[in-house]
Amino acid sequence: MKKILIIGATSSIAESVARLYAKQGDEIYLLARNQGRLDKIVNDLRVRGAADVHSAVFDVCDFDAHVSILDDVFDRLGEVDVVLLAHGTLPDQSLCENSAESALSEIKVNALSSVSLLTHLANKMEYVGKGTIAVITSVAGDRGRKSNYVYGAAKAMLSAFLEGMRHRLFSKGVVVLDIRPGFVDTPMTKDFAKGVLWAKPEKVAEGIVRAISTKKSVVYLPFFWAGIMGVVRNLPRFIFLRTSL
Amino acid sequence: MRLSGWGRYPYIDSHAEYPLCDGDVQKLVELAGEQSLIGRGLGRSYGDSALAHTTLHSLYLDHFRFFDKKIGLLRCSSGTTLASILELIIPEGWFLSVTPGTKFVTVGGAVASDVHGKNHHLDGCFSEFVESIKLATPNGVVECSRNQNASLFYATCGGMGLTGLILEVEIRLKRVPSSFIDATTIKTKNLEETVEILEENHSSTYSVAWIDCLTTGSGLGRSLVMLGEHTKEGGLVVGKKAKLSVPFDMPDFFLNGLTMQAFNSAYYHRMTKVRSHAIVHYEPYFYPLDGILNWNRLYGAGGFLQYQFVIPKEAGIEGLSAILSRLSASKKGSFLAVLKMFGTENCNHLSFPLGGYTLALDLKLSREVLSLLDELDEIVVAYGGRVYLAKDARMSKEVFRKSYPRWEKFSELRRQWGAHKHFNSTQSQRLGL
Repeated sequence: MKKILIIGATSSIAESVARLYAKQGDEIYLLARNQGRLDKIVNDLRVRGAADVHSAVFDVCDFDAHVSILDDVFDRLGEVDVVLLAHGTLPDQSLCENSAESALSEIKVNALSSVSLLTHLANKMEYVGKGTIAVITSVAGDRGRKSNYVYGAAKAMLSAFLEGMRHRLFSKGVVVLDIRPGFVDTPMTKDFAKGVLWAKPEKVAEGIVRAISTKKSVVYLPFFWAGIMGVVRNLPRFIFLRTSL
Repeated sequence: MRLSGWGRYPYIDSHAEYPLCDGDVQKLVELAGEQSLIGRGLGRSYGDSALAHTTLHSLYLDHFRFFDKKIGLLRCSSGTTLASILELIIPEGWFLSVTPGTKFVTVGGAVASDVHGKNHHLDGCFSEFVESIKLATPNGVVECSRNQNASLFYATCGGMGLTGLILEVEIRLKRVPSSFIDATTIKTKNLEETVEILEENHSSTYSVAWIDCLTTGSGLGRSLVMLGEHTKEGGLVVGKKAKLSVPFDMPDFFLNGLTMQAFNSAYYHRMTKVRSHAIVHYEPYFYPLDGILNWNRLYGAGGFLQYQFVIPKEAGIEGLSAILSRLSASKKGSFLAVLKMFGTENCNHLSFPLGGYTLALDLKLSREVLSLLDELDEIVVAYGGRVYLAKDARMSKEVFRKSYPRWEKFSELRRQWGAHKHFNSTQSQRLGL
């Protein structure tokens, strides 16, 4: 039985991951903002076979609460095997272009909150000397594009942060996984027209659990996004600037 | 968002909402004002019963509430699929008390259509095993069962989502010794023999006949009657995920009179013996088409109609012959036609089954087919039968009112709970509900 901590546990991808661990009979601790939805998920995971499920209401932007809530989690679970950071919002790009306040607040939710959480988590996991810290970033972090560079910038910052943390924890036996999903059909993206590139959260969740168990460092989900982003990253600038990406 | 039922006719532009929790539903009802709302699960009803100005998708309402493994009682949110329920309950030695021919439906949809399965002749509809329902009506969220808000319960089971949005359902499961079925197939020469074999095997847990509806004359109604019993053999194994998919619309000529005749004939003759036995997994036994995702695309982009009617037992072979003759004369045929014996009618206002024979047909959409079905409606109504709402996309208000005599009681109850102003589908408006 593994011990799993999931932050942003009401997100579709996180919930799908939790269901896979529940089915394996693992013990799970969930953190999220909405009490009602959290309670439903706790119940559901118990029915699906989780050894035990704990939860606490928690806002990632309440930085002062980070230490105490993580202390509670580690007190309860003991040695944590997997931590998954799945919280995030999808910014309204045009709103962010007209309001520095909105842009900063999106950076705060999507990057700074994780920087704070990961700093505490890295120390705790380093002490334990095993386990995996997995963070959902995005393919959007691979290159700033006019359609969503605020979101992209936050995710790029996280990816760089994770790269360094991986370097630091490598010799300590802790794996740091950067998960970069492409388009995923979730409540966060409900207003988008869906095409062939879109994946279901269940599919992405399977990829996450696989990447964690095989101790991957960076994973694009579904796999074909590695190819797509390879092209996007390497597009010569004089062409890139003329695209509508 | 362009939406249709599984038959891909009709299509409408609909505003899609995805409530995340019970509270969202109430807000959405208020927001919608006078605009029509209807709940939608996996969109497996064939016609227009899950189409409206705004569709409330139950995709994210998919949580298990509890599962009592000792007594086989399960409660879950309405968007939970039968596939995910099976995955949970099979390893514990339980099975669905009633299952339709696909596991890709939600519990909410199964209740709203009050679906039936191959055991209807003995066990009745899905709702027979529903203990309780949590329903969001415009007048508030209520729990209903046979003991509590009973009239709302009887209206909601089979009520096509027109009493409100179903939030949670509690169902009783069936103990099974294994996940395998002892299946017997009997080849019959004509309709009389088919009906006779179905009657003779009334005590068989599962029974259904695949019927070749393209053969005329003395071979009219020749069938493969399929019987089934749960067996002790094989252990408790959950089914595999579907591998095949129909990736695009088949060209319109793919299913025509000739290919259908060839298929029907080949299917019938693939069995050389009169009687055969096999131990099969529940998956191919109950859900033969689930192995091919998007099989509705076989009918081409133009869509198709599924027509399922029931006629009372008294009408018997005479009624069935009349309809089958009309059908085979039209040469419109059906890729898959299924004949089944129903047990007695339940007391839900709009549930489809009544004691007698039901026949389900797939027909590629065309103007001729539409007028053919109007003709068939007349024959069905004349024999005292009715047409299944979960498959309907074209029935007239007059035919509906004649064949569902409790429709007025149903309308009255909708008014009582404030549902008539908010919960309306393209179908309910067509049927004058």
